[in-house]
Amino acid sequence: MRSDALAIQAEGLGKSYRIGRGPRATTLAERLVDVVRHPFGRAAGDGFWALRDASFEIERGQAVGIIGRNGAGKSTLLKLLSRITTPTTGWAELRGRVGSLIEVGTGFHPELTGRENVFLNGAILGMRRHEVARRFDEIVDFAGIERFIDTPVKRYSSGMYMRLAFAVAAHLDAEILVVDEVLAVGDQEFQKKCLGKMGEVAGAGRTVLFVSHALHAVSTLTTRTLVLEGGRIAFDGTTSDGLAFYRALQAEGSGSAHAYRAPAGRTGVHLVDGRVVTSISDGLHRHGDPFALDFTLDVPVPVSQLCFSVHIHDESDRAVNHFWIYGDGPSFRNAIGRFAVRIEVPRYRLVMGRYTVTVWVTDRATHTIYEHLTNLCPFEVTMEGLSRPDYEWSPEHMVYAEDYTYGVTRA
Amino acid sequence: MNDAPVVRIGAGSASPLHTVREIWHYRDLFRALGTRDLRLRYRQTLLGIAWVVLQPLAAAGIFAFVFGTIARVPTDGQPYILFALAALTGWNFFSSVLTRASTSLIQNPQLVTRVYFPRLILPLAVVPAALVDLLVTVAAFAVIALAQGHGFDARLVGLPVAILLLGALALGAGFAAAALAVRYRDVQYLLPVAIQLALYASPVAYSSSAVPDRWQALYYANPLAAPLELMRWSLLGTPAPAVRELLYSVGAAALLVLIGTAIFRGIERSFADEI
Repeated sequence: MRSDALAIQAEGLGKSYRIGRGPRATTLAERLVDVVRHPFGRAAGDGFWALRDASFEIERGQAVGIIGRNGAGKSTLLKLLSRITTPTTGWAELRGRVGSLIEVGTGFHPELTGRENVFLNGAILGMRRHEVARRFDEIVDFAGIERFIDTPVKRYSSGMYMRLAFAVAAHLDAEILVVDEVLAVGDQEFQKKCLGKMGEVAGAGRTVLFVSHALHAVSTLTTRTLVLEGGRIAFDGTTSDGLAFYRALQAEGSGSAHAYRAPAGRTGVHLVDGRVVTSISDGLHRHGDPFALDFTLDVPVPVSQLCFSVHIHDESDRAVNHFWIYGDGPSFRNAIGRFAVRIEVPRYRLVMGRYTVTVWVTDRATHTIYEHLTNLCPFEVTMEGLSRPDYEWSPEHMVYAEDYTYGVTRA
Repeated sequence: MNDAPVVRIGAGSASPLHTVREIWHYRDLFRALGTRDLRLRYRQTLLGIAWVVLQPLAAAGIFAFVFGTIARVPTDGQPYILFALAALTGWNFFSSVLTRASTSLIQNPQLVTRVYFPRLILPLAVVPAALVDLLVTVAAFAVIALAQGHGFDARLVGLPVAILLLGALALGAGFAAAALAVRYRDVQYLLPVAIQLALYASPVAYSSSAVPDRWQALYYANPLAAPLELMRWSLLGTPAPAVRELLYSVGAAALLVLIGTAIFRGIERSFADEI
């Protein structure tokens, strides 16, 4: 009786990754050296616990948000529940077909047409061929690309590609849906459509696990939220309480966190550190002063179309600026090494308020997302000292104050 | 609601029976990946299908020059080009399944790290495209053979047996190579050398009857020898391999598949963390 109402039951789930004596051997020669040096194997416990002792139960039909800071263990939890990786400790039981959308468009091949990719991607997501065929028209209609369905997707714009990819994923029939960040695709209008679709799924009595940095999406889609912190479940309760808990957590950390540093054990293409260079003091910037962003990027493997993209978000999580480092110019393309990236804005005229930085490191060729970090380097912009005695500045009026002149003449 | 499948996630391994059932459940993915490879092969290249035929033809041409014209290797009474091509069709099938299976995981990291499916599907899915290539080359062989006045008879029944054996041997080794390549990247460099060696240790460019009698037993320890001779027997009517040698090859193939699968399943659980 009890187990019938449960969709997911997890007990002591934990995952540790090995760090310590450098990366593990990747060639036979290294392995041999390893064996000679450490004939009795590696000592236990030199791992890094990405997730530890996670226990929870989720009822059928519940929509649950999973939030937490970068490196808190959200992705690890999702990867465990969607069986991409296996736990080091503990167990979980999932009742019903599990569909996981860790990233949309997985397995899309540029040379294949939209139609062929829909069937291929559907199969990769675990759909039967007849299911894809049955929902094919719906999928194409949702993506809104009827005219291009028999064109190879390499000729698609980035937006069309993402819309088609999401459309396939959105039509996955699963009793348990595990979703990671898929709403971060497409234009505003399409995002709204996706949110609507997610709401529909959650409303249809299916169980949804939703990991996101987009707090507004979590609050509209879910009723219960788990907050992860340092690899553990720090909060489990209603979404409104969860969001408050999370905001408090962020505020607590932000006192000293004007800079970002990658968590220990981070490998692959990644952001090593990042900071904002503000004009008044650390984390405080005067409107109109020179502003800069400093990043260090580690690229251990050459990536042909590596793209580094930085967004400045305001308090309502709206992107107000987008710095895009892409094209044939940047030397981090198709190269290996550490790269210092500096972005300078001669006169940064953001309106007063609090801002954060979002970083994307992606490969435009394969649509791989290497990094997506949010809420980095919080900083505040003040307009103090800029005289405007008669009318007070108000943050609601605009996000950006441009210089202007005016003339009034009698017409 | 009670028939909902229960997925259990834990630190232990799934039972072999469960894995087989799961692969069956994901058969449409096998089909989709197989069609993808086929479409890409025959669409991307200008010459498309012609390449599939040209490759073994070129190899047979080289063999014909080196072994047929210069070294004058005995060919059991057949024109050398047919003699070499008959075995090359089978050999190419074996080596292409093995090579592509071995890279099937490391070339699809985005699949391995983002979606769950039984991983054995990836090396398995290279078979359909290789099989179509094989059929195309056999057809090309038939055209050339018929043009030279050579006929076919009931010995063709040996063909599927040879293909099945070569496929099983390639997959057994391919499973192991694919999994090991995730952990040790030098598998990619070792394997082509090993395949090259195996080519010269197998009856492709020459006949196994050319091997001195006292070495025959050792020669047939290579499980590829019997199916390749079987292939040539059914296409060209050269002497058949002994039943004993064929049975040995069947046993070796079964064992290799078991060992390959065991190695694959042993490493499988950490693919996403290591790839």
